Amino acid sequence: MADTAFRRVSFVFGVLIVALVALMVYEMAQQSSLSMRTFGPAFLTSTTWDPQHRAFGALPFIYGTVVSSVLALVIATPISLGVAIFLVEMSPNWLGNVISAVVELLAAIPSVLLGLWGIFVMVPFLQRYVEPALQTAFPGVPLFDGAPYGVGLLAAGLILAIMIVPTIVAISRDVMASVPIAQREGMLALGATKWETTRRAVLPYARSGIVGAMVLGLGRALGETMAVTMVIGNRPVISPSLLDPSYTMASVIANEFTEATYELYVSALIEIGLVLFAVTILMNAAARLLVARTARGMPVAP
Amino acid sequence: MRQRIRPEGQRMSARATTVAAAQTGRPEGPDAHAAVRIEHVSAWYGTRQAIDDVTLGIPPHTVTAIIGPSGCGKSTLIRCVDRMHEVTPGARVEGTVRLGEVDLYAPGSDPVLVRSMVGMVFQKPNPFPTMSVYDNVAAGPRLRGERVSRGDLDDLVERNLRRAALWDEVKGKLGRSGATLSGGQQQRLCIARALATDPAVLLMDEPCSALDPIATYRIEELIRELAAEVTIVIVTHNMQQASRVSEWTAFMLAGDDGIGRLVELDRTEQIFTKPSDPRTEAYITGRFG
Repeated sequence: MADTAFRRVSFVFGVLIVALVALMVYEMAQQSSLSMRTFGPAFLTSTTWDPQHRAFGALPFIYGTVVSSVLALVIATPISLGVAIFLVEMSPNWLGNVISAVVELLAAIPSVLLGLWGIFVMVPFLQRYVEPALQTAFPGVPLFDGAPYGVGLLAAGLILAIMIVPTIVAISRDVMASVPIAQREGMLALGATKWETTRRAVLPYARSGIVGAMVLGLGRALGETMAVTMVIGNRPVISPSLLDPSYTMASVIANEFTEATYELYVSALIEIGLVLFAVTILMNAAARLLVARTARGMPVAP
Repeated sequence: MRQRIRPEGQRMSARATTVAAAQTGRPEGPDAHAAVRIEHVSAWYGTRQAIDDVTLGIPPHTVTAIIGPSGCGKSTLIRCVDRMHEVTPGARVEGTVRLGEVDLYAPGSDPVLVRSMVGMVFQKPNPFPTMSVYDNVAAGPRLRGERVSRGDLDDLVERNLRRAALWDEVKGKLGRSGATLSGGQQQRLCIARALATDPAVLLMDEPCSALDPIATYRIEELIRELAAEVTIVIVTHNMQQASRVSEWTAFMLAGDDGIGRLVELDRTEQIFTKPSDPRTEAYITGRFG
């Protein structure tokens, strides 16, 4: 039977993707076993990364990855929602198409180009204007303490925000466009303005989809390597200040893999890869939990 | 800030106006005592005209049914009353609608304000699914931005759920999502939601077409009860329903050009026994539509 063949072939492809992920995890675990045996769980909590003295700890990288990604999400979400609301609720069709095309173009820019722009344009701008202004506005606040280098967590967060805006815009736009007209009219009929209708009827109805969009954006930010490496400063320190340089897991792998001259070094880098994988899964799971919680009370499909 | 505009005509007692309407005979053309006067209203969707030059007076504190075959523009007509028609991209309206003395299409008239004076119930129940039963009813008053104490809001929610004959069924689960109710309960919740803004007129666009017969029966019963306090206009494709709930019936029909026009408005019993227009008779006897 043709259908049997079809079922088997598609089953094979389905299993293949699971097997691929399992194999990757296995391979990484295998190759990082030396590092795991040497450092144990302390690998995750140690803040020292000193290849010359064979001391490896992942915490600064975990910190840099999580903080830069969350910062990106915090910056990108309101901007993306603003764009999506404009596209769905306000803009005439032709303008909406133009903006959508430009936003998609943004997603197609190679990250190394964004990184270059970051180094030559954004970082000097941050160093000269934005960071001193932040320090003047919030004197003594640890979040903006230290010397304004330009490169650092703030720069990384901004670059990542630019990179995840297209993802969040595209998905939340589609989700909002699928909110039934009846919901909007129900709110309008009560005497709501356009903005009140958006805020009280459209956004709540679309919220689980919007959270989903944020999850995908976060996922992209966590794994992004090139642009971040170019602007984050690449120093494995944990500082409460967003102006200080930092380092991400993806960046340290990219930067140091070719210089890893002895087995334990390579093993430690691979273990960092494994941790990145775990952090991504954990944050995705947390976000999915959030979606499930916000989705409660949603209508059963008619 | 938004202010409530109470049309003067609404202060007149129901009895006085009904008597007045009866004395003037058939309300052809805008009745001086009408709660709502639709005057020479034409409406378009883009370049397609949907209704042409409809003039109609809606008597206060009664139920007026608008009947007619699909595509005759009856829904479009009531959507012109609360200025919902223009929400559709490319749609426009000519003519005007008066609510008592207030010209709803006067230059500078704010559609948002108009909609807060006129309630609307839609074809498919559309409670806000992310809001509780309580919040659904409170949604309209909360838009006003007036500071209302929790106790007053509680009272308002209970009062309007009672008006919509839903209180006894939901009083124990006000915190549950509006979407967890049955279809008929959802529609009554939407009626309570519309009533909570204290509208002078309640527009209902085929409110029972998505409901089963028992839920339909309950809504019809409710419509007759509510007529004592609010002027109701109900669009229906169901002639039995029109004859059961309404005192006045307007019949609309689309011509060969596809544009809907008003054929006649009369007392419901008159329409269903001795209509003055042969097209009405043809429709109610089932010869077309």
